[in-house]
Amino acid sequence: MTSLPRKPSRVKLGLVIDLDICVGCQACAVNCKEWNTSGHSAPLTDINPYGAGQKGVWYNRIHSFEAVDQETGDSQTINFPKSCLHCEDAPCVTVCPTGASYKRSEDGIVLVNGDICIGCKLCSWACPYGAREYDEIEGVMKKCTLCVDKIYNETLSPSSRVPACVATCPVGARHFGDLGDPHSEISNLVKARGGFALMPEQGTEPVNRYLPPRPKQHQKSTDQSPRSLEHKDTSTDGAGLLARWVDKVLSA
Amino acid sequence: MSANPFSTVTEKVELSRMAADEVKTTTCYMCACRCGIRVHLKDGKVRYIEGNPEHPVNQGVLCAKGSAGIMNHYSPARLSKPLKRVGERGSGEFEEIEWDEALELATKWMGDARAKDPKKLAFFTGRDQSQSLTGWWASQFGTPNFAAHGGFCSVNMAAAGLYTIGGAFWEFGEPDWDLTKYFMLFGVAEDHDSNPIKIGLGKLKTKADAKFVSVNPVRTGYSAIADEWVGIRPGTDGLFIFALIHELLRSEKIDFEYLARYTNSHWLVYDNPGQENDGLFVRDKDGNPLCYDLKTKKLVDAYSKKAKPGFVGKRKTGRGKPKARPVFELIAERYLNDEYSPDAVAEQVGVKADDIRRIAAEIAHAAFEEEIELDIPWVDWTGRKHKTMKGRPVSMHAMRGISAHSNGFHTCRALHLLQVLIGSVDVPGGFRYKSPFPKHIPPAPKPAGKITQPNTPLDGAPIGNPTCPEDLMVDDDGNPIRIDKGYSWEHPMSAHGLMHMVLHNAWAKDPYGIDVLFMYMANMGWNSSMNTSQTVKYLTDKDENGEYKIPKFIYSDAYYSETVAYADLVLPDTTYLERWDCISLLDRPISSAHGPADAIRQPVVKPDRDVRAFQSVLLDLGARLGLPGMTNDDGTAKYPKGYPDYIVNHERGPGLGPLAGWRQGGTRHGRGKPDAYQLDAYIENGCFWQYELPANEQYYKHANKDYLKYANYMGWVPDTKPITFQLYSEPMQKFRLAAQGHGTVQPPDEHRARVEEFFDPLPTWYTPIEETMVDDEEFPLHALTQRPMHMYHSWGGQNAWLRQITSFNKLYIHPDTAAKMDVKNDDWVWISSHQGRVKGQVKLSTGTQRDTVWTWNAIGKRKGAWGLKEDAGESNKGFLLNHIISELLPEKGGYRYSNSDPVTGQAAWFDLKVNVEKCLPHEAGATEPMFEPAKRQPNAFPTPDIVQYGKDLKGKPMGGQAPLESWVANRYENALNIRGIEQAREANPHGKRTSRIK
Repeated sequence: MTSLPRKPSRVKLGLVIDLDICVGCQACAVNCKEWNTSGHSAPLTDINPYGAGQKGVWYNRIHSFEAVDQETGDSQTINFPKSCLHCEDAPCVTVCPTGASYKRSEDGIVLVNGDICIGCKLCSWACPYGAREYDEIEGVMKKCTLCVDKIYNETLSPSSRVPACVATCPVGARHFGDLGDPHSEISNLVKARGGFALMPEQGTEPVNRYLPPRPKQHQKSTDQSPRSLEHKDTSTDGAGLLARWVDKVLSA
Repeated sequence: MSANPFSTVTEKVELSRMAADEVKTTTCYMCACRCGIRVHLKDGKVRYIEGNPEHPVNQGVLCAKGSAGIMNHYSPARLSKPLKRVGERGSGEFEEIEWDEALELATKWMGDARAKDPKKLAFFTGRDQSQSLTGWWASQFGTPNFAAHGGFCSVNMAAAGLYTIGGAFWEFGEPDWDLTKYFMLFGVAEDHDSNPIKIGLGKLKTKADAKFVSVNPVRTGYSAIADEWVGIRPGTDGLFIFALIHELLRSEKIDFEYLARYTNSHWLVYDNPGQENDGLFVRDKDGNPLCYDLKTKKLVDAYSKKAKPGFVGKRKTGRGKPKARPVFELIAERYLNDEYSPDAVAEQVGVKADDIRRIAAEIAHAAFEEEIELDIPWVDWTGRKHKTMKGRPVSMHAMRGISAHSNGFHTCRALHLLQVLIGSVDVPGGFRYKSPFPKHIPPAPKPAGKITQPNTPLDGAPIGNPTCPEDLMVDDDGNPIRIDKGYSWEHPMSAHGLMHMVLHNAWAKDPYGIDVLFMYMANMGWNSSMNTSQTVKYLTDKDENGEYKIPKFIYSDAYYSETVAYADLVLPDTTYLERWDCISLLDRPISSAHGPADAIRQPVVKPDRDVRAFQSVLLDLGARLGLPGMTNDDGTAKYPKGYPDYIVNHERGPGLGPLAGWRQGGTRHGRGKPDAYQLDAYIENGCFWQYELPANEQYYKHANKDYLKYANYMGWVPDTKPITFQLYSEPMQKFRLAAQGHGTVQPPDEHRARVEEFFDPLPTWYTPIEETMVDDEEFPLHALTQRPMHMYHSWGGQNAWLRQITSFNKLYIHPDTAAKMDVKNDDWVWISSHQGRVKGQVKLSTGTQRDTVWTWNAIGKRKGAWGLKEDAGESNKGFLLNHIISELLPEKGGYRYSNSDPVTGQAAWFDLKVNVEKCLPHEAGATEPMFEPAKRQPNAFPTPDIVQYGKDLKGKPMGGQAPLESWVANRYENALNIRGIEQAREANPHGKRTSRIK
């Protein structure tokens, strides 16, 4: 079994995902696939890509669902992107028999060393988030690398040195930074928006955070609609107003 | 390494691999949005495509389609050589031929047609981004039978805007995302402006003080993140808007000053029922419209600077002449009426009256209580100086949802009326024009091609904007001249033509038969046609001599789409990464509200097969046919180097070419001599050119002296006169008067009543036409389609990555509605209309209006097409609703009109009413109708079972580690709300995704 870093890293790189503005457009998932299919754990194999049973390795998947209040029937559509949460107490690491699954001591990124992965899939059983992707053809486990080969890459222009999913997100629902620093910009963002960890009861101490959707307005069946404009005329045809406007003086 | 064999092996992660040998910029074409991209190339292959942070359209972001470009570029559905049909149409039996033979054949077919009667060629293009070239080519050929796909897409939106405010949504204008406080988005299929609208919504929602209301029968996509979702009944948006207007008028929440300055609301209209001038503007002898001056109590020029115009009151117009009333009075009278009160419309639109009243109050609050004033002095067209720019921060956007109904033109006009009444067009916080808009209302030219002669060009462009019956494309008997019946009495203002009617009309020889059908990038053999099963029969039907009724069909596409199988001659196009293109101000540029911009595509990789860019082929054909604009006096080709040659050297007017940037040695923009280095200059600048308008020209463009001067210099407007919003449309009234028997150009009697009914000079609402003709009890549900964001406007659902997200579509139904029909999730159902039935699978969704069902469009595919295997979900489970949407309305009085808007000819996709019924157990499991598979083309690319793209493109390790940078999206907006986030307006390392208003 594999050990987590003896001393947890001070830097905890992670993603902050804003569920209030995620429109479920899939840009993050596809741009991730595009970068990473030649990235650290390349390729992101696709099986039957032109026929039935098409499937492939994706580090990031978007789930869209409707949350329905069983009592009132009120509902809301949620788009929920999910990838590895780079847990502090990552069970996918400790369960690994070969040391292939590991957490970097420098920045907390959880990676798979494909060279020594034996494809036993224990890690995917251990991960409570289903964030592991088995490559059937290569016989190894793959997962979100937080674009470790992009964020530090000196050969790229500075604007590209962020995870692909973050740079490409059209609405700006994805943020990236050091969640280990309580004063970092994204930590402040998480604080201000009431960011939460996904399924903390699993005890894995995920690093990534989600920002909750803000409450919808006037969408609940219990909402009242008291506000309305004051009519200056209550006749059926508005004749009073027309009469009033005859002498209205304005400059052309 | 430790000697202990049980110690953990530590991976040395390569942080800085050489990801690219080269990064080239170009313009995306995975949809119609035209984002800037940076293409990373490795060993001659495409390693990665990312958004260009400098680019004005997408500012560094890239959607799912753009990010999946690699898979389209290497798709096995790509065509690779010209094809000549050898089997029956539709079978997919082709032989490969050389380009010379293909071009000779095409030249022969088209040349024969041109020598006989150029009208015998019908040239229609689909998602064409080179319409200024293709339209000009048609004009040089001499056929009026040209249009692009606007007629079945969103012409109602474009035409209503152009006839009302001289611009419209999407390419014509955008919300003022930085300053708007209240944003309303209408209708499904809203993703035309893909990345800009996402960027805008993200910014808007990140700010603390803005509200986003979505009016949409379906709560997917943007509606899911709206602060309020108004689940309206399809086709009733006009009524909803009128109820809002009713409330605003009743409470006097109207910007009268704005109306007086920028609209025709004070212009006088003759009140003279039954007479030839009834409803026309009162004009002086020079043709200037008049208003009543309350000060002098006289009729004066409506453009007079000194006048105090009356808004209400019947006025005398001269001895023996009829009285007249100002436009505003007509507006007020109509919409103040109780028939448009929230209570009166609530049930029909499916929105509570209280909610309509509240939304009206919220609009009024944002517009009038949260008025914006920017410290920017400007000068209006009269020379009057303004110290500030006032704004009403309410903005709106709409697209096909309200457009694709037979009442869509009026609904779109209603929406513009609402915007104008509250004074929120081209003001801070409101809707803003993108250059070259606004244009005069409606913009020139008129459609040309009434007279065609052998081997002779037209005297103008085939597409234009008619303003009176004399402008129609009809013969002396009032019969249509165009094959699509565009600009005829059936659809007088069909500003984008009616591509959806071409196949039917050519087959029925109504108004006449054609010899050659020539199409580009339009899947008329499948998801771009209404009534698909029948439409493909129009292509395969033969006459008594065994000849196809549509004799010759030439088609150009990059992929093996369903339509390819029906062509006689296939001209294979390149992918978007292999070509030159220009995204031109003459056509559909990439401007923003901040100023004009245009762009190019450059080839970033070389084609690996025998294909040619369609635009270069078109110019080659033009030269072979001897078309004047494409041939020198000595008969040689004018643009021998193809499209890039044309892009640089073609002039539409003196110094005006396809590209505005870097003309005349890079010294001029807009106007200037063509310059051989222009394309290099574009490439150096990331493949786009943009100009930021000075602050004093950024708003009130319709009446802004300095802006209008600039627009005139750039050739966008013919003069510097103000652009006056036409709330009341005199052109509409002219058609109505003709229908009433006035004037010399008269409609045939059978069309009279229809023209009179629908050519209301003020926005009106009527039940969508097909709805009035089908049995409501038999077909109780509305049926809509939209495309998922990851495939919106996308050319090719064959994409190996995107089809892993969606490979077949289901029918979405509200659980309560489904329960009544005893239908559960995943049940197979028949969806039937008066036209026929299709079979599909159900998905329950609470985000669906209860009287509506909907599905994703263009997922279902014909077997054999798009390089997909026959077992693909697309052609076994995916269904195409088009099969049950008729291109014709039910018969009435012995005639079937097109199922289109009677004003513009916009295809009324969303008027569809259906019934849903659980199918029998043995019928479940596969879609119907199902067609015979088309054979794949000769030498088609293999469709591998396993793809491991990119395995060989990892790049060499270079060592090194760049310092880490964090990324806070919507940084500026977040900084406004949250302490500890730096604004970094100027020094944002990640592009320019910040507010531009300084």
